[in-house]
Amino acid sequence: MMPEPLIFEQSRPGRRSPGHAPAEADESRGLPEDALRSSAPLLPEVSELQVVRHFTRLSQKNFSIDTHFYPLGSCTMKYNPRACNRLAMLPGFLGAHPLEPVDNLQGLLECLWELQEMLKAVTGMKAVSLTPMAGAQGELAGVAMIRAWHLARGDGERREIIVPDAAHGTNPATATMCGCDVVEIRTGRDGDVDLEALRQAVGPRTAGIMLTNPSTLGVFERQITEIAAIVHEAGGLLYYDGANLNAILGRVLPAAMGFDVVHINLHKTFSTPHGGGGPGAGIVAVGEHLEPFLPVPVVAREEDGRFVLHGQAQRPNSIGQLSAFMGNTGILLRAYVYMRMLGAEGMRRVADHATLNANYLLARLAAGGFRPAWPGRRASHEFSLSLQDIAREAGVNAMDFAKALLDRGFHAPTTYFPLLVPECLLIEPTETETLETLDAFADALLAIRAEALQDPASVRNAPVTLPVSRLDDVRAARQLDLRWQPLAGEPE
Amino acid sequence: MSEIPEGLQYSRTHEWLREEADGSLSCGITDHAQSALGDLVFVELPAPGRKVTAGEAFATVESTKAASDVYAPVSGEVAAVNDALEADPGLVNSSPYGEGWLLRIKPAAPAAGLLDAAAYRAELDSAGD
Amino acid sequence: MPFVPHTPDDVSAMLATIGASSIDELFDEIPTGLLIDRLEGVPAGLGEQAITRLMHARASRLPARLCFLGAGAYEHHIPAAVWELATRGEFYSAYTPYQAEASQGTLQVTWEYQSMMASLTGLDVSNASLYDGATAFAEACLMAVRANRSGRPRRILVSRYLHPAWLDVARTIVAGQQIELCELPARDGRSDAAALAGIDAAGYCALAVQQPNFLGALEPVDELARWARHQGLLVIGACNPVALAILKPPGEWGDEGADIACGEGQPLGIPLSGGGPYFGYMTCRQSLVRQMPGRIVGRTLDRDGRPGFTLTLQAREQHIRRSRSTSNICTNQGLMVTAATIYLSLLGAEGLRRVALRCHANTRRLVDALTALPGVSLLADGFFHEVVFGLDQPVAPLLEKLAGRGIVGGLDVSAQFPEFGHALLVCATETRTPEDIALYARTLGELLAPSAESREHDA
Repeated sequence: MMPEPLIFEQSRPGRRSPGHAPAEADESRGLPEDALRSSAPLLPEVSELQVVRHFTRLSQKNFSIDTHFYPLGSCTMKYNPRACNRLAMLPGFLGAHPLEPVDNLQGLLECLWELQEMLKAVTGMKAVSLTPMAGAQGELAGVAMIRAWHLARGDGERREIIVPDAAHGTNPATATMCGCDVVEIRTGRDGDVDLEALRQAVGPRTAGIMLTNPSTLGVFERQITEIAAIVHEAGGLLYYDGANLNAILGRVLPAAMGFDVVHINLHKTFSTPHGGGGPGAGIVAVGEHLEPFLPVPVVAREEDGRFVLHGQAQRPNSIGQLSAFMGNTGILLRAYVYMRMLGAEGMRRVADHATLNANYLLARLAAGGFRPAWPGRRASHEFSLSLQDIAREAGVNAMDFAKALLDRGFHAPTTYFPLLVPECLLIEPTETETLETLDAFADALLAIRAEALQDPASVRNAPVTLPVSRLDDVRAARQLDLRWQPLAGEPE
Repeated sequence: MSEIPEGLQYSRTHEWLREEADGSLSCGITDHAQSALGDLVFVELPAPGRKVTAGEAFATVESTKAASDVYAPVSGEVAAVNDALEADPGLVNSSPYGEGWLLRIKPAAPAAGLLDAAAYRAELDSAGD
Repeated sequence: MPFVPHTPDDVSAMLATIGASSIDELFDEIPTGLLIDRLEGVPAGLGEQAITRLMHARASRLPARLCFLGAGAYEHHIPAAVWELATRGEFYSAYTPYQAEASQGTLQVTWEYQSMMASLTGLDVSNASLYDGATAFAEACLMAVRANRSGRPRRILVSRYLHPAWLDVARTIVAGQQIELCELPARDGRSDAAALAGIDAAGYCALAVQQPNFLGALEPVDELARWARHQGLLVIGACNPVALAILKPPGEWGDEGADIACGEGQPLGIPLSGGGPYFGYMTCRQSLVRQMPGRIVGRTLDRDGRPGFTLTLQAREQHIRRSRSTSNICTNQGLMVTAATIYLSLLGAEGLRRVALRCHANTRRLVDALTALPGVSLLADGFFHEVVFGLDQPVAPLLEKLAGRGIVGGLDVSAQFPEFGHALLVCATETRTPEDIALYARTLGELLAPSAESREHDA
């Protein structure tokens, strides 16, 4: 594939894409001279066709769900239905200003209110706020609510957040952002939390515990009820990281497991697009005791059926606002459409088939010689393999496998996460893939394994079919090159 | 097998100390540590003059895959830092006991609880190195 | 309609491979007491035809109207190519570019975006974006505190007329970290540079100002930046990116420029969309790059010496540093940034300048038309594309009547900023025509008239 020149390198002085800006430049009457910029910003001067070709060609250098199987563990890269995008982009939604009279926004707010109701149903919680704009913001909201609850009870010393060693890195990072200390507890030999370690970790300083269930290790935490009892008895609360909700959607309610607060990544379970790294949506749902602290705004329905937004005035104990307006509204609409299309029965089938696909792949790969990280355990909607044996034997590591998969037309699974599984591949097929795709992927991984044993150098050399071969990360970090700068004599 | 020169003192957290002619102590990270971290891309050092306590995290070394704290092996005051690392953090990889030194400490008290080369080697061996 | 492809035969074959007799058996590690038989409270699924009809009905509840509302979200013309390209499946359904070789498209777009934002703000480096303007501002505050090595207090001076919702968000986000946001003295709708001399700068580590500010007014950014830098404070400039096509970029404020710029990226090709998704931008001096939160794309070489792009400086981030990372953020607003990069490519510097100038000219036109009405006065001159008018009567009832006549007339800021009395914040972008503006003035004139008469009558 030809390299695509930078848009700046395609620029020619004086070239324009007319029709997008006023035909002539107005005067700057009334703007003080010393407030004005003295030189133009370095933006490209290109035609519309150049722009269309450039970005089309760049798009073709991406793997995406629409073009490739994407078994990225803990990311739930399922099909993003076209209807969700098209219907969220109707002019009646796109054109709505967030601060216009609420009467103008009734259609939008009705969707959001019903979304809140459905999210209550799938979590078993009592109240929902849709505003967090990503999982990490949902976590921040959740931990801030836990802190607020303790403070409201005069229990300000509770500043410790317990996190399993396998947790996603955002969990400890969030706890720190909220002014809490992180207490890490280890995972037992079978992949479940070590209860003894937990008992020793809890105490009068415990604010809460952050857990994902099924865990990031790809197994269901079987002692969840005991964990909830230990933490609650110690005076702490339970935070559910909903990253893996796809595994139990419509089968287990997080509230029933004893959780007090939940965040859900709508861009995972409810299939809103990942967009090359966002936007996401990380809604939070809580039990009754935490409802007063929910971030605002929250959509409310008045007695006459009219929908309104409740802010700090109606919810004085709220932890506050997390976005300038009301979160990633357009993403919420996509999730709403998706949930309405699935319905209650469809949601259950999501969990069923996500779990079926993961267990099928695990069975095929284990039969072919791969070592499951947790032998004897069921896969949830994902599973982890440890490539430590083959790394020792052939000198081919998990990253080499990842790159070799790219050459065979599959996106790589998550690699080196969770860190406690050596040479880890975390594989999540999702429910939307066909049996043929799953088989082709298993065949590819088995073929790479065979190749690694015969000709390890060729696997270590992958990828060879993509626009670039492996990139020099060390050079990237040591010789920072973060923006285009015209060379002398180059057109600006 | 990583290099462990004789005549230096070592900490269990993989720092080394060398006594200089003026009585100050040079400090760096061991060959084993740099090899485990991989190519360093950034080194963050404390300002000269800062008082440090033994065991305190007082510097950070970063590779593309990890960010790791460096702990003060001895209490004292930071007398000098290796400015060359700003432009070339890879010196720590290529010469961990030489050009890749991190800083000099004017000790407030004699170092305690450190290992000699043989003991540090034994420590690494028992950890499966 | 769960988008699952398996036939009953597929399922049987797969279960046989697994060695399970049913799908239910795959859930046998879950304590039975936790399993539910059916999900209550979610309606039955809809086909695409039914959901299409429903959503069209909901969307149609937004009436046709003329909008003069800004306050942080602005209606601009968005070229058709922007979203045609941005919603291509290869952008829309791609993940974060962790596998760089399979993500060169997203990575190059992001690097081009970083280049454009750095130049637009006059600073050295940009990250790959944050959630929105409010969170970018909050993160800028956290960054300024992190970068403060001289042991100054964790207090930041903030202009009174910085977007109030951004201040709320910043307070929510920094609440756990003992950071205090303190108000700068203000006068006539902008920060009061003359009052700086009375401030003990040693009590603060940074100063933040929005340009133009929430009320649309131009702040004395040169004086503020000069004073703050001289006093050893970091300077945060929060700017409307369209305004930067004509206004002095933060990197050139005062003598040495601001240290961090941030703001709401929505004006760059992102639809209003009920408040999101938008994106926040952030740029800074080279020396602060390791304190910057969020993803950053760098250019490097591959094994064969070809240039390519990859995420870099990842050791700052949560997946490596965990509890010691610069932020818990692990996303950017990738798709929005893709759209903004396409928008900026289509407009170019000259196109963006013309958009900015037309916004200003239209607002000037609106000011001329509205201040000709009795009882309407301009509270502060020196604005970009938004202004506050003082009225001689309460704003809310007027806005309600305007809405009844198909005009969203602006935002009532009387309660938020009581120093202005009855105060109406109004914006006119390049999308308003002279006819739109004349209609607004005529309608407002008609609505104002009875009230003026009735007051005379009462007198």
